[in-house]
Amino acid sequence: MDLISFRDLTKEEVEDYFARAEKMDKQLEAGEVEKLDGIVATMFFEPSTRTKLSFQSAAERLGLQVVDFVGATSSLKKGESFEDTIKTVDGYADIIVIRHPLEGSARLAAEFAEAPVANGGDGGNQHPSQTLLDLYTLKKMKGDIGKLNVHLVGDLKHARTMRSLLYGLAMFGAKVKLVAPMGLEMAPDAIADVKKLFNAEIEESDEIDFKGADVVYVCRIQEERFEDKYEALSVKKKFTIKPEYLEGVKDDMIILHPLPKIDEIPPEVDKSKHARYFEQAKNGIPMRMAIMKKMLNKVQQKKPKVSKMFEG
Amino acid sequence: MRMAITVDTINQGTVVDHIQQGMGIRVMDLLGIDKSYPHRVALVMNVGSKRTGKKDIVKIEGILVSEEKTNVIALVSPNATINHIQDGKVVKKSHAELPEKMEGVGKCPNPKCITNHERVSTEFTLDGGEYRCRHCERKFKAEELV
Repeated sequence: MDLISFRDLTKEEVEDYFARAEKMDKQLEAGEVEKLDGIVATMFFEPSTRTKLSFQSAAERLGLQVVDFVGATSSLKKGESFEDTIKTVDGYADIIVIRHPLEGSARLAAEFAEAPVANGGDGGNQHPSQTLLDLYTLKKMKGDIGKLNVHLVGDLKHARTMRSLLYGLAMFGAKVKLVAPMGLEMAPDAIADVKKLFNAEIEESDEIDFKGADVVYVCRIQEERFEDKYEALSVKKKFTIKPEYLEGVKDDMIILHPLPKIDEIPPEVDKSKHARYFEQAKNGIPMRMAIMKKMLNKVQQKKPKVSKMFEG
Repeated sequence: MRMAITVDTINQGTVVDHIQQGMGIRVMDLLGIDKSYPHRVALVMNVGSKRTGKKDIVKIEGILVSEEKTNVIALVSPNATINHIQDGKVVKKSHAELPEKMEGVGKCPNPKCITNHERVSTEFTLDGGEYRCRHCERKFKAEELV
């Protein structure tokens, strides 16, 4: 049982993840986490701070051991194929968590590995564990996701978090407004896909106006995406969430961000009651615990434990 | 003076007719016909056609092209007809239709798709008249895949 893309999940499966994460939350709160036995391999072929740490922390809280494959210093540099790398690591671990700059890498890893694979981000495609934790956060903070008016703001073209989240929000029937500078809009194929799959209500704009929004989900605009540095600076300025943007917004509107954030949200906004991204990041722990626990249950049902293989 | 080119009829094999002009070579590629093929093959280009003005025709001796391969031809030439010939007669005539699923045929046009960086087989599924790559999940027009 892999976790590769939101396109593979049903609403019922996502709700099952919510229930499992809630259970994990309760166990964490009570300080009574049911411990598991197994090894998680984290394979990050491109830099990551939060996702990797979050998976590792979640694994440790479950009592799992973590082995880390450092892509840059590995045999990949010697020219080993992706297939060989995955098959080798598959022999070392019960769960593989992978991040890779190429799209479809997690799907391919799952084809090669017997161990379940969790996609920690494949190029600009999907980041399903982030979307699960984002939706779980929305459910915890706001209740019914289907009744929410959500603004996705920033570079929607390159951010896999946003592409993945668009599927998740559409699945639950949220109203989505895509707010991006010209040239960094959400890929039309993703918009068409969610409209077809979920009959989703999607609005597009390049103007920031948070009045009426229940949730504002922000991601960074990277200067390197622009050839013209002056244009980059003016777009970045416009898409920085200034305190005045919060005037007249709903009292209970929340601002989320996948983190790390750089300068797109100034410290004044951090201090506002609307800023909830650090709580959001914390929700990554119970959700990733839930994901790995579910995977491990399937593994234990499917194949004998290593210790049993060596018995008499 | 009018010059005629005569191409022999074939006794056993396949004639792919009504190929879009200029796509005959691509059809041969898709069918895996290359210099190692041991039997007679004729590629006729720019033949007059009442329906389309000009067309290409490919005659291949020795094989009856399967339905699966017939449909792959639709990627480059949606109106092609495939005639199976036995004992010099047409025994089956079919039209190329876009296949629901293609495995190991076509290349993903997304340069960031892992299938363009590793030696792996591609897989595409028809989704609303276009093909979605199993790996990068992007959608493309049929003709972009070949």
